[in-house]
Amino acid sequence: MSTSPVPAIEVTGLRKTYRDRAVLHGLDLTVPAGTVTALLGPNGAGKTTTVSILSTLLPADGGTARVLGHDVARDPQAVRRVIGVTGQLSAVDPLLTVTENLRLVADLFHLPRAHARRPTTELTDRFGLGDAARQPAQRLSGGMRRKLDLAMTLVGDPQVVFLDEPTTGLDPRARRDLWDQVRALVASGVTVLLTTQYLDEADQLADRVAVLHEGRLVAHDTPAGLKDAHAAGSLDDVFLALTAPAAPGTDTAPEARS
Amino acid sequence: MTTATPAVLPARPHERLAWLLAGRDLVTMTRRSLLRMVRYPSLTVLIVAMPVVLLLVFVYVFGGAVGAGVVPGAVPGASGREAYLDYITPGILAMTGASIAQSTSISVAMDMSDGVVTRLRTMPVAPLAVLGGHVVAAVVQTLMAIAAVLGVAVLLGFRPDAGPAHWLLLLGFVALVALMLTWLSAAMGAAAPSVESASNTPMLLLLLPFLSSGFVPVETMPGPVRFFAEHQPFTPIIETLRGLLAGQAVDATTAGAAVAWCVGLGALGWLWARAAYRRPRV
Repeated sequence: MSTSPVPAIEVTGLRKTYRDRAVLHGLDLTVPAGTVTALLGPNGAGKTTTVSILSTLLPADGGTARVLGHDVARDPQAVRRVIGVTGQLSAVDPLLTVTENLRLVADLFHLPRAHARRPTTELTDRFGLGDAARQPAQRLSGGMRRKLDLAMTLVGDPQVVFLDEPTTGLDPRARRDLWDQVRALVASGVTVLLTTQYLDEADQLADRVAVLHEGRLVAHDTPAGLKDAHAAGSLDDVFLALTAPAAPGTDTAPEARS
Repeated sequence: MTTATPAVLPARPHERLAWLLAGRDLVTMTRRSLLRMVRYPSLTVLIVAMPVVLLLVFVYVFGGAVGAGVVPGAVPGASGREAYLDYITPGILAMTGASIAQSTSISVAMDMSDGVVTRLRTMPVAPLAVLGGHVVAAVVQTLMAIAAVLGVAVLLGFRPDAGPAHWLLLLGFVALVALMLTWLSAAMGAAAPSVESASNTPMLLLLLPFLSSGFVPVETMPGPVRFFAEHQPFTPIIETLRGLLAGQAVDATTAGAAVAWCVGLGALGWLWARAAYRRPRV
């Protein structure tokens, strides 16, 4: 899969404005298939907006975005068939049990009934949800609920997975568990685009780090490459150097002015 | 670029197959909505309780006096009460449908603001299946609630004279009314900016039965109110229910108006719901 000629994600000149607030000013980003790219940036930099456009939730105002060669604006259904999304909002049905939640997604991917059992039980085991299988999702702990969320994302066997701040609010052990799951996912050939506020998370997981600042890509390199280029010991230093508030006179985003 | 698409992409489903798959999605989403109603029964209980309380208040508090004014030949007291029970049962059944519409609007709005529907919108799900699941489940819920409220009315002494054919027609007609009410309320819920406003907009549907022939005959109302009552959907709907329950032949104009309102408003609700579902939200 990593030899696929089509990049998993290809974004050119992407623009998005909410009313009079420009969030993306011509974003360019390419993610090769089979890799993990971390999207870093301060709050309001446009990370979630980028993920929303790529996952067909939000139309862009300009530019193009393709997922495995499918244009998100022209053929959203084709994109939806190959992606999996874990957003910031918990996307599990609180009134359904763990098994019912997984079954719901399996049914909507039209997996044959007998077949659907296999991936759902496999995923319950893989994420250690077996003991909670018959519990309503609303009784799960935050960490377990996030695991179920990710398991539901994987039911349809997606080739490209978007994780929008997947470990926010999790305790250190649950975070590490989730990292292991992401590594296993990538080992199986899946492409991952993740947004995160935690720089150590990007350092741990990502092949490449894309730093977003005021709606533009200000750096895109391997974690080591970024640290070298900025003579920094940690991604924290790189982040602070790249996302410093713009000096007066430079081309600033409207949000910075208001 | 398009020639370089990797072979791993799933094929686009055939057009006819797409309809079959949409039907399957609708079944899946309906099952989910029904399961949610079973898991969270207090909302359903509340919905059925409201019209039952109204029925009791109208019959046992107002009925003795009002019945005498509404039904020719009835006198104040027990005879008025009995006559009024007969008169308002169809209106109370229509209220039950409107009251379920309100809960549908609330549950759709809650669902839309929740992460689950966000997930569904990133999946290759037939777009109308998500709201359609709510609607079909709500129609099932309406039929059961109306049967329950009718049961209470019978316990209080209401005696329908419908024959088998009338009952069958009644079932179909109630399903049609429920379909109209729930598509409208699903649209209100999907279009609402918040759950609070999703619970307020359908209040209109709950008010309309009061301004119809459901509680008093339209002839007793002053001119403009009477004009409104005669030309709003609940009057022909309630009169059709009244006729079917009494086992009488329903006036063709009235029944035709009721069906036309249901089809028209239902289609409007469907289009509105579709537009509201597609509207991007962050």
